[in-house]
Amino acid sequence: MSDKIQSSLAKRPEHSSDSPLSIHAMTVAYDRKPVLWDIDYDAPNNALVAIVGPNGAGKSTMIKACLGLVPTASGQVEFWGKPYKSARAKIGYVPQRESVDWDFPVSALDVVCMGRYRKIGWCRPVSRAHKSAAMECLQRVGMGEFAKRQISQLSGGQQQRVFLARALAQESDLYFMDEPFAGVDATTERAIIEVLRDLRSQGKTVIVVHHDLQTVPDYFDHALLLNMRVVAAGPVDEVFTTENLHKTYGGRLTLLAEAAEAIARRDRGH
Amino acid sequence: MGAPTSLTDVHDAMPSFDEIIRTLTLQGGFNTTSVILGTTLLGLAAGVVGAFALLRKRSLTADALSHATLPGICIAFMIAQSIGMASRSMPVLMSGAAISGVIGVACIHLLITKTRLREDAAIGIVLSVFFGAGVVLLSVIQTNPSGSAAGLNHFIYGQTAAMTRADSITMGVIAIVATLLALLMLKELTLVCFNDGFAQVTGIPVWVIDSIILALIVLVTVSGLQAVGLILVVAMLIIPAAAARFWTQRLWKLVVLSMLIGAASGYIGASISALLPRKPAGSVIVLSSGGLFLLSMFLAPSRGVLATTIRQAGIRIKIANDHLLESLHEHAQDATPPTIKALAHAQGIHPLRLRILALMLSMRGLVRIKDTRASATKSGLARGARVARNHALWEQYLITYADIAPSHVDWSVDQVEHVLSDDLIAELERALAGDAR
Amino acid sequence: MSTDMYLFLSGDLFPLLAGILAALFCGLLGNHLILRQQSMMGDAISHAVLPGLVGAFVLSGSRNPAIMFFGAAGSAIVTVVLIQLVRKLGRVEPGAAMGVIFSVMFALGVLLLEQAQADGVDLDPSCVLYGQLESLFWTPPREWNEFFSFSTFNEIPRQIWTLLGTNIAVIGFMVLFFKELRVSAFDPGISSSQGINAGVIRFVLMLFVAGASVASFEAVGSILVIAMLICPPAAARLLTDRMGPQIIVSAVLAVASAVFGYVVSANIPEAWVRGGSVNAAGMMAVMSGVFVALAAIFSPTHGSISKARRRRALTKKIHLEDLLSALFRFRESGQPAASAQQLAPLVGHQRVARIALDDAIAGELVVVDAGMISLTVSGYERAASLIRKHRMWEGYLVDQAGMPADHVHPVAERLEHLSSPVPKEADAPHGDQHGKPIPPAN
Repeated sequence: MSDKIQSSLAKRPEHSSDSPLSIHAMTVAYDRKPVLWDIDYDAPNNALVAIVGPNGAGKSTMIKACLGLVPTASGQVEFWGKPYKSARAKIGYVPQRESVDWDFPVSALDVVCMGRYRKIGWCRPVSRAHKSAAMECLQRVGMGEFAKRQISQLSGGQQQRVFLARALAQESDLYFMDEPFAGVDATTERAIIEVLRDLRSQGKTVIVVHHDLQTVPDYFDHALLLNMRVVAAGPVDEVFTTENLHKTYGGRLTLLAEAAEAIARRDRGH
Repeated sequence: MGAPTSLTDVHDAMPSFDEIIRTLTLQGGFNTTSVILGTTLLGLAAGVVGAFALLRKRSLTADALSHATLPGICIAFMIAQSIGMASRSMPVLMSGAAISGVIGVACIHLLITKTRLREDAAIGIVLSVFFGAGVVLLSVIQTNPSGSAAGLNHFIYGQTAAMTRADSITMGVIAIVATLLALLMLKELTLVCFNDGFAQVTGIPVWVIDSIILALIVLVTVSGLQAVGLILVVAMLIIPAAAARFWTQRLWKLVVLSMLIGAASGYIGASISALLPRKPAGSVIVLSSGGLFLLSMFLAPSRGVLATTIRQAGIRIKIANDHLLESLHEHAQDATPPTIKALAHAQGIHPLRLRILALMLSMRGLVRIKDTRASATKSGLARGARVARNHALWEQYLITYADIAPSHVDWSVDQVEHVLSDDLIAELERALAGDAR
Repeated sequence: MSTDMYLFLSGDLFPLLAGILAALFCGLLGNHLILRQQSMMGDAISHAVLPGLVGAFVLSGSRNPAIMFFGAAGSAIVTVVLIQLVRKLGRVEPGAAMGVIFSVMFALGVLLLEQAQADGVDLDPSCVLYGQLESLFWTPPREWNEFFSFSTFNEIPRQIWTLLGTNIAVIGFMVLFFKELRVSAFDPGISSSQGINAGVIRFVLMLFVAGASVASFEAVGSILVIAMLICPPAAARLLTDRMGPQIIVSAVLAVASAVFGYVVSANIPEAWVRGGSVNAAGMMAVMSGVFVALAAIFSPTHGSISKARRRRALTKKIHLEDLLSALFRFRESGQPAASAQQLAPLVGHQRVARIALDDAIAGELVVVDAGMISLTVSGYERAASLIRKHRMWEGYLVDQAGMPADHVHPVAERLEHLSSPVPKEADAPHGDQHGKPIPPAN
């Protein structure tokens, strides 16, 4: 009898296979320190999603755990109802800019080509067709004229756009972006947001770790408020409330004031 | 015991010119020629593989690996001897070396991932403990009555003189295999070295690539053991790549250059060792690549010390010029032009330096010097005005966008137009105008 | 005096003592290298002193330790400066910079050595690597009471005095500058701003490392220096968390490595090795590695066994508690027992769910009756206190957690699953975020 109970215990909850990303009961811990606790989340289709939360809330860790870059202590992550390995080809990634050595001897175009390595296949050189596809991606982020530049000679915003172009070159359906707006200039910010909207209009989903509360209502459709646990998730209109933000950020007054202003602005807009 | 010797110890005197030419053109006897060819190929392979070891920041891991080969060599020797095989057979010793080298690297990996120890400590532990174990085993072998142990010492400092033609051929073949493998995987190796997280996400398993890099390092290390010795073989990996890095910002050029520098030092080292008495090939190879490194570090045009210094000096002069023109522009309306002394005082530099700057500018027709006073010419004034505007815009930019100011911009040199977009400049100008009001 | 004792005194005492003394100061100095993540500097310097040693030897024609020291110290300084130059001016990655410089220096040393040998100078390259401990024999007096005579002291090998002097210098340096060494290792910026120039301290430290390699090279060789600079401090780091204890533990381990290494090397069964002894310096290095391995596996705080055990216990506890809380919630909503299907979505993965259920049954926290799982009395109590903690935590996070959760010290202990103090009720006045009541304590 106990066996029967146990076999049915083993059945996993049904997640919708429409959702590009569904996370169930995911916990991530570094040695003894839990970083993410019991995360449950279903990402909507065809939307721009912001992951928002204070420093150290586990935003980047959540993305990395979804992509299998950090080990999870428990829980499952599925993409369109499939495990990560079989969905890999449809997932794009923009890591944090600080995560690489920008003194590396490659040009902007070389970096973008890296987004196509999987398509090119092992041990084969990058063909002209792939190069021109990469070039198109660079042009989409307004970096066409910098294609031959060594990457250390680009400004922070330009480097970020190169990373974005590389993700575009992956031609994925779901994108994860880790703080793409951190420390970029206005031009880059505009370029990124244009690309994001473009991706949405093509029916894709983009999940962005975002640090600037003020711009969330302007840029994103959905928000996931995170502070070790999921505080709230859903359409920005619904979840981006003073109460939820208070729960996420605690008593940080300046941030809350900013958020209140952003909410007020949004309400005026409607 | 264990003293490294030259490839040929036949003469004590300087070689004749004819001899030099014969050796350098690979006609210096069969054995000599095959050793020179072998080390050249080894240098070539080490250059290619070393480029990736450098970019993946594995230089010191390679050092630990080469030290960790010693116990493997000894154990392989002992096993081969006990089962009655030819105990000094190269393939046997090389496989022993490779196995214990890989075990050493695995230990480093375990120490880093499973304990709180950092990479430097893990590498040091493996290097010293494995080498210590090798020394213990060597002393065991030396007490052995059969006495054929002396040859093992050569693996520490290397000894080209003891190499047979077959040894050289083995070395050359392994080197060619390693080179081809590295060139074939160029794309994947690059991606993992640049951004391993992204590689993992795109489905290029990082551990596979890392294992390939490791395997390449192992191939080069074990094939170089006999010629260069296990202490110095790591230099063949690191130095050519580090030297090539000064010359270029492109990966394929880096690989090619590193390959050439490696091959050149292998060739030079083995040739000198063959021509001159008491010049161990290992040391000479390392010293010649060290010389090429030194040349590269100072003379390379793109990242070399000399070029960088000159560039920086040029920038400093330009800044000083701009400052001078800017202040002359400010004084343009004055009844009498300012004295050089006063200008120097205002800018906080020595009057003599300012006089030199002013003289240089007057030669370019931007400044007029009359007695002790300096004023700007018409074109100098225009230039000064541009500089003043540029500085004001940058200041405004810094005030408005302090949080995102790109750190690589040199405020005093770069023109706003080169860095910021047109509409942003327009915005800054509006803000400036607003402040002025 | 017995013959055994006499043999020990003449053949073993000084090699053993030399090993211990060299291990001691290297082990002590190594602490400051490992804390600065500069362990490989020890390796680099002990290789790079070779040209200086040989140069001094060739020029002076004698093994005078003072001259050799200056030669070696000179090449150590050159090495440190060159590494720094290559790093800073050439923008070369630190590991590679070290590799380039020390291998070139070593190659130069080997070349010089080769020339020196041709000139009939007796300096063995392998001696540089693994010393000549065995050469430290002497003829001690036959009777104990003769020991305290001037001539006995004169008989003591010069190397022992050198090693002893180095120990005094190193210990003096580390005691006198304990505070400066610590602050400059931890935060060079703060250190320099307080007038303790971190660069100078580091440079002096490197000089001491150079001095240590020179002092020990003749007797024990560079391999032992490298091993002792790195292994005992590394093992100590796995056993302790503070600098004082770490230094003491590393000193103990260094001495122990030397003693055990020597004893093992001298007592290999004759059947394995002819003569029954192997290279002592190498064996000491191996022994220090054994200590690192033991510490890495068995350390109660940082060992892999205790780590794995902690992690397993935590995972098990989490799943058990998830099961109990799920049952509690069902009960709260008026359903005293739940079927496995109902629980499934709340209790993750198959294997762990099964283990959790088994644990709960074994601990008499739940009972299974006709396919329905329900809490026992003790299970209910445990679940209630869990839920209480959980909801208090949520309340706490809501009201107080302005600070990022992973910065709260020590976070792990404060979270619900770990036995920990719960936030004060006053901190979480309004129940959990869904408005459910917080169960009372007991």
